[in-house]
Amino acid sequence: MEVREELKYTATHEWVKDLGDGVYEIGITDFAQSELGDIVFVNLPEVGDEVVKEEAFGDIESVKAVSDIYSPFSATVCEINEEVADGAEAINNTPYEAWLIRVENVTDSVELLDAQQYQEVCEHE
Amino acid sequence: MEKKTALYEMHEKCGGKIVPFAGYLLPVQYPKGILHEHRTVREHVGMFDVSHMGEFIMKGKDALANLNNLLTNSFTTMKDGFVRYTIMCYPDGTTVDDLLVYKRKDEDYLLVVNASNCEKDFRWMQEHLFGEVEFENISDQVSQIALQGPEAVSIIEQFTDDIPAKNYSFRDNVSIGGYNVLLSRTGYTGEDGFELYCRNEDVAALWQLLLDKGVEPCGLGARDTLRLEAGMPLYGHELSDAIKPSESALSFFIKLDKDFIGKEELAKTPERKRIGLILTDRGIAREHCPVFQGEKEVGFVTSGTFSPTLNKAVAMAIVSVEAAEENEFEIEVRGRHLKAEKTALPFYKRNK
Repeated sequence: MEVREELKYTATHEWVKDLGDGVYEIGITDFAQSELGDIVFVNLPEVGDEVVKEEAFGDIESVKAVSDIYSPFSATVCEINEEVADGAEAINNTPYEAWLIRVENVTDSVELLDAQQYQEVCEHE
Repeated sequence: MEKKTALYEMHEKCGGKIVPFAGYLLPVQYPKGILHEHRTVREHVGMFDVSHMGEFIMKGKDALANLNNLLTNSFTTMKDGFVRYTIMCYPDGTTVDDLLVYKRKDEDYLLVVNASNCEKDFRWMQEHLFGEVEFENISDQVSQIALQGPEAVSIIEQFTDDIPAKNYSFRDNVSIGGYNVLLSRTGYTGEDGFELYCRNEDVAALWQLLLDKGVEPCGLGARDTLRLEAGMPLYGHELSDAIKPSESALSFFIKLDKDFIGKEELAKTPERKRIGLILTDRGIAREHCPVFQGEKEVGFVTSGTFSPTLNKAVAMAIVSVEAAEENEFEIEVRGRHLKAEKTALPFYKRNK
């Protein structure tokens, strides 16, 4: 299982990348995609939608089951990864490239974990 | 506490992701995943541990009369060495279980039932037996491997010439690598293939023999997507103590020219019908999702998944017979209404 040093994480298995200028990219981790198994659909919000800290902003359908994706921030969606929306298997193949949404205007945040802390979370699951 | 099958160590060795299912610890998938396993069975050959299934022996002068009374299908004209699918119903026509009946010879039958219903079935049958009949639950002594896919025959041919030629027939006491097997040309995937019944002591060695021939192990996840594409019912979904087989597109297996438990109710024209749906909106409908036509709720999803063969989400649903005449439906999935179109079952049929 891959955990990337340069990213931040949530205990609910999302990763966060700081793109600068107050914009953040959000995806799901290698651990999460591996637990879900073959991913076939992803339901994402629309540009301009508000997402709320610790609330689901979308869901991921694998062959096995559906899982919510939780937002690490209260913020505004400024971009959706259309490629992933049309080809969700990219999340299995390259979880750290296959970002889901980008957000801005962050007003609140969960406590983010660094790579080592997140690694420990995974080891306890 | 869940039971382990005799293949448990093999599943761990093969990297199976173990989950509790019907009282057993079984692999839901191996490292390559459900889609890979599904396609392997459709295009080549795969194998499943189905040792959790229950097996009963029914013998004696009145065995046939008891089967005909307990079960919806008729066994009167059945020949030795053949297998028949049947349903077992309550007097109100709802379902105790669905099962396979193997006829070894006159007065000697093997019944194969669902793991989750095994004890319930045994009690129900025992309570309704009459006459001269021996009835025994041998589930704990029997293991089972399902070898499924277009290349299944070429695998078995490497071990024996004693192969059941017809679908739903079997050969008893076949030697596979020196192990005694009941070799049945049956399955739950919509593909050609076999189910191998053997002693618990032999099953790990048999599994290893098949692994050595390049057969890939497959888990419960692929078993479900495969049977769903093949339109096959699963107890607890398309059949249950609230669903009659006559409502679930299984009337072929109900023989009204004989007497049996539930006959009176099953002779009536059903008010509901099982149909196949293909989702045209993005998303997957799962069991229990309500099905609508316009504003009106007309039924519910019994099973739904992503069909790897069609590359679309599919579902089976039980809807009112009036609604079943129409083609356009909506399914409520997590608060959203997804469009779905009716399609003939099964979703997938192999080229013979």
